[in-house]
This record gives sequence, C-alpha cells and structure tokens, in this order.
Amino acid sequence: MKRKSTSNGDTTSVEVPKKWQLRLYVAGKTPKSITAFENLKRICEEHLAGEFEIEVIDLIDHPRLAKDDQIVAIPTLVRKLPKPIRKIIGDLSDTERTLVGLQLRSGLKIRE
Amino acid sequence: MVESLIGGGHVGFFRLKERLISKTVGKNNYSVPGNLPKCTTGIQGLDEITTGGLPQGRPTLVCGSAGCGKTLLGIEFLVRGATLFNEPGVFIAFEETAEELAQNVRSLGFDLEALIEKKKLAVDYIYVERSEIEETGEYDLEALFIRLGFAIDSIGAKRIVLDTLETLFAGLPSPAILRSELRRLFRWLKEKGVTAIITAERGSGSFTRHGLEEYVSDCVLLLDHRVDGQISTRRLRIVKYRGSSHGTNEFPFLIDEGGISVFPITSLQRQHEASSERISIGVPALDAMLGGEGVYRGSSVLLSGTAGVGKTSLACHAADACCRRGERCLYIAFEEPEAQLLRNMRSIGLNLEPWVKKGLLRFHAARPTMNGLEMHLASIHKLVEGLKPSLVIVDPITNFISSGTVSEASSMMMRLVDYLKARQITTLLTNLNRNEGALEHTELDISSTIDTWLLLRDMELNGERNRGLYILKSRGMSHSNQIREFLLTDRGILLTEVYLGPDGVLTGSARLAQEAKEMATAAQRNQEIERKRGELSRRQQALEAQIAVLQLQFQTDKEEMERDIATEQVYLEKLEQGRQEMAFSRKAESNGAPGSFKKVRK
Repeated sequence: MKRKSTSNGDTTSVEVPKKWQLRLYVAGKTPKSITAFENLKRICEEHLAGEFEIEVIDLIDHPRLAKDDQIVAIPTLVRKLPKPIRKIIGDLSDTERTLVGLQLRSGLKIRE
Repeated sequence: MVESLIGGGHVGFFRLKERLISKTVGKNNYSVPGNLPKCTTGIQGLDEITTGGLPQGRPTLVCGSAGCGKTLLGIEFLVRGATLFNEPGVFIAFEETAEELAQNVRSLGFDLEALIEKKKLAVDYIYVERSEIEETGEYDLEALFIRLGFAIDSIGAKRIVLDTLETLFAGLPSPAILRSELRRLFRWLKEKGVTAIITAERGSGSFTRHGLEEYVSDCVLLLDHRVDGQISTRRLRIVKYRGSSHGTNEFPFLIDEGGISVFPITSLQRQHEASSERISIGVPALDAMLGGEGVYRGSSVLLSGTAGVGKTSLACHAADACCRRGERCLYIAFEEPEAQLLRNMRSIGLNLEPWVKKGLLRFHAARPTMNGLEMHLASIHKLVEGLKPSLVIVDPITNFISSGTVSEASSMMMRLVDYLKARQITTLLTNLNRNEGALEHTELDISSTIDTWLLLRDMELNGERNRGLYILKSRGMSHSNQIREFLLTDRGILLTEVYLGPDGVLTGSARLAQEAKEMATAAQRNQEIERKRGELSRRQQALEAQIAVLQLQFQTDKEEMERDIATEQVYLEKLEQGRQEMAFSRKAESNGAPGSFKKVRK
C-alpha cells in the first residue's frame, strides 16, 4: 500500500507542495503500524493543519524503498521536508517526543 | 577446477588441503560423514582448522578489536563463495558504503563491482545515525529483516555477512527491544538457511561489546592483531564450534594481496609420500659420503656451521646440481643480494647465471626484518606455488629469529619443512651456529624435522683455521662417519680425506706438512732399500769372485798335483826299467828277485 493523505482529504484538487512532507514506513497492517498512522494523523491535524502531506510506504510491497531512506526499524516516520531529514521510530504514542522529533515544539513556539 | 582432484585417491581431508593451498578450489561438495554440514569458506587455511568450514546455514560470530581483519574475512568469505562455489552472497555493511568497501578490498584483488554486476554479490549499506533518530514508542526491526530478505532473495544468496551489527546498539535506542530483535534475527537467518558471518567489536572482558556471543552460539572466531617487538602478527582462534572438532590453537594469519591466509601449525598431516629417489647434492665426494647417491628427493637437509665455513657455497652447489638436472630451484637468500651471490660463486668456479637466465634458478633476497614471520612464510608459499621448484634453499634460517621469537621461528620453520615435504620438494636449510655452544645444536629447535644434517665446522690448529665436514645424521641411508676436509677451490668444493695421524686429525697446512714429512721419510726409506740392494749385489759379486779365485787356485793345485803324480809315475817306470836292464845285464833270475824288490818298496 502506498497511499497519500492530505490535510483536506481532497486528492482531486491541484497538488501544491506542502510545507511538511512526511513519510511513514510500515511493514504490513500490524497493530503497531496502524497505531502509528493514527497517532501521526492526529498529531499532524492538531499541529500542522493544512500544511502536511503523509505518504505511507509498506515495505512488504516495496522492499527496495527501505534502502533509500535507510530504514531499519518499523514503524519509522521520516520528515522529508522541511529539511533536515528527521527520523522518528516507534508507534508515535509518545506525542511529546514525536513533536520534539519533528521539531514542531520550537516551531509552535515561534508561531505562538 | 580440474586441479581440485589432485590426490583423488586420498581421503577427503587430504584433498581439501590440497585444494585449499593451491587455491584452485572446485565444487563445494566436500563433507565429513557424520558431522554437521559445513560451508567451505575458500579462505586459505581456515577450512583446514575448522575441518571443513563454517557451520552451514548457521550464523558464525567473528569478533576482534578494530583493524584485526573482521570485515576482510567477511568479504573474502563472500568473494570466495561467489567465485569458487557459485554461492552468491550478501554483504550488509553498517560501517562503510558499498563504494568505500569496494575500494578498500580492490587492493586484495577482489572486484566487488564485477561480482555485483554478475549478481553474485549484493552490498547493502545500512546507515543508522543516532542524532537523527527520535524514539517515540514501540518499534521493531522488521525493516531490517525486509532489507536482508530482499537482498538475499534478489540474488539467491547462500551466504551473508553482517558487518558490524553492533552499530545498531549505538544508533538505536532501547537496547531491550534491540536484544529481542537480534535474537529474532539470528533465528530468522537460520530459517533462511544462509550461512552467516556476524562481526562484532571485541569488548573488554567479553568477546563482544554487547554480548552478541549469547545469541550466536554455533561458532565463534576470535581475531587478534598483536604487535610484538615492532612486528605485527595476526592470529585467529576458534573459541567455539558447536558440534565439530576444530583446532584450538591460535593460528597466525596474514592479509596480503591474495587475501587472508591462515597457517595451521600442525595440521598438515604427516602422511607425505616418501620418495626413494636420490638426488645429488652437487659435490660428488659428498654424495659418496651419503651412501654414494646423495639425499632422498623431498627430504630436508640442514647445513649448519659457524660463520664462513662455506654453507652458502655448498648450498649453491646443490642449486647448481638441481638446475643441471633441468629442475627448478628457489633460493631464499637472507644475507646476500642476488648479484653479490652470483659474483661470489663465480670465484669458486660456479657460474649460476645461466640458470637464472633460463628461469631454473630463482633468487628471493629479502631482509628478514622486512616482514613478520607469517609474511615470510606466505611469500615463500606464493613463490613455491608460482615457480614449482624441486629444491628450496633457505639461507640461513637463523635470520628468522630476528623477525620473531625463537619459538615462533621454530614453528614457522617446521611448517615450512612440512609444507615443502608434502609437495616432494627437497629442502636445504642453512643454519648459522654461533661460536659458543655446541655445534650439534640449532638455535631453532628443528633438528627433529631434519632428515639429513651436515655439519660444517672449523678446525683450528697451528695458527690456521680449516673447514671440516661431516654427516651428523642422515635418515634411511648408510652414510660415512668420516670427517672430511672441506676445501673451497677455484674449481668448486673439494672434499679431501683428513690426515689422521698419531697427533690426531690434521688439516690444512699441518696436513700438508705432515704429508710432506711422510713423503720425505718414505723417500729416505726407499734410498735405504736401494742401498741395501746394491750392497747385496756387491756382496754377491764379491763372493762370486772369491769363488772364482778359489776355483782357479784349485785348478792350479789340481794341475800341479797331477803333474807330480805323473812325474812320480815316470820315475817309477824309469826305476823299473833300470832294474830290468841291470838284471838283464847280470843275467840274474828274472822271476824271484824283482818280486821281493816290490815288496820292499811297499
């Protein structure tokens, strides 16, 4: 499964590059990957509404792709944009750490 | 491939050995009955000490400190597998990129790019950077498994190397998860049926820094790199090999342009064939001392002696004799460069240059301290494999001590002799004896591996030093027990009988003087005899002359006496005649009177 999910859920609209490009690597629909995806969605909608794009890559279908982003652990969330690349492993159940990992915590502060 | 069948009639082990050393390895069909299946590594010597290779389909842990050759061992395992056994392999690099890796091993003659091109090898670089990673909950290493699985399946790999898995501990948080995942990984590798090498950094007090030996329990190899007296030696030890017999020693190994070579010290079985062919050692008189025919082909000959007794000259004669037979000779010279040796040999009438030009004689001049012992041994192996000589001369072996300890040098010499013997190559070693100490002693305790031991010694007498040679031992032949004087002339080596007189053994000018003295005495005696002979004949002549004189005298006497007798008779006749005349004149009785007269006369 390789699916894209945008903040407004409307895939037909003209795609404008989003500020946040996130890629979630999973391996099959394991409870851990489902939890991770749900956690990610929740966090993004909460903190990056309208500015994010999530790409979920299932390595079982695309084993080759693990090499490009140097993935060893599952689930792994990769922040492709903004640079620099950040990796967050685990099911993202620790929201605080996820935010730190995405470097959203400081960003939020600036916005506030 | 074809050469792998050398010694086809021998047992598997012997064949394997042949195969490995010649590095012309064939099919990977070798297995020891009853033992667990093994994966022949193709690394020189390693299969020998593991009696066949690494456990097939199981992980092997290779641990050691930095720079001890772990990565290289892994790479060679894969390269040999791919090139010799047609077993593709996967290299999972945690520390170097594929490009760096290919570059690093190119100097060893491994062309990783070509192998990757041919789908015999896959390299996956796994990069885990701690600072880029945030842990936010439960995770597993499924992605790693997928990557490994993908790499294995893409080329149908039978071998895999993980170098160095422990990087994960540094790169990933929560060791607890990591540990359980690693346990799963090793199980998974076994299920995959790939023979794996997992490298790990040596920890203090344990084999690996993160205790990987707990998970990989089938086979553990320990690599070590020690520097002793500024000379480094690499060593390999099999710490553990479940379900298999293995060598337990520390085996020296080296890394050179041909990859890794492990040198089993004692594993070469003493089951060489013994040739009964005899070969000349280049000095006819010496051959005569050795039962008349020289030494056995494939035997080991030791020439020991103090400095300047002519060891090298004798060795060069042997080399010359070898080349004369049309055979090749490898001369490992530690003391003199080739040109000097050739010049010096010309001075004793030995011209070795044509042999060098013909390619029959090859000099290998090296400084002993240039390399460690293992490097020397390896370079000798390589030269022998290349040249295929029938005689190898090492001049002198004593110099090996300077590149290692005595015991190391001894074990190395023993292995060298064994190695050459197994190939039916005659070995001639020279040993420099120090002046102190017994002559029948080599600093390297290798006398037991020597078949023929020639001792060259100085004999000092009357202010000069001369050379003597005798045979200390020579297995399997009746040999002379004489000490011969050893002369270096401009026509080569001459062995002369030493003078054994009432004053003991005389050599050199003492021998010459004694010989001259003896000759003078003999001449005197001869003169005496001549004189006596003359006198005898003179006496005979004198006697004969005397006899002649006496005979003459006698003749004279005899004639005189006969004349007297005749005179007397004439007188008597005259008297008778006178009486008759008287009787006649007196007309006396002619019968009675003359008869009475006769009676009166009587």
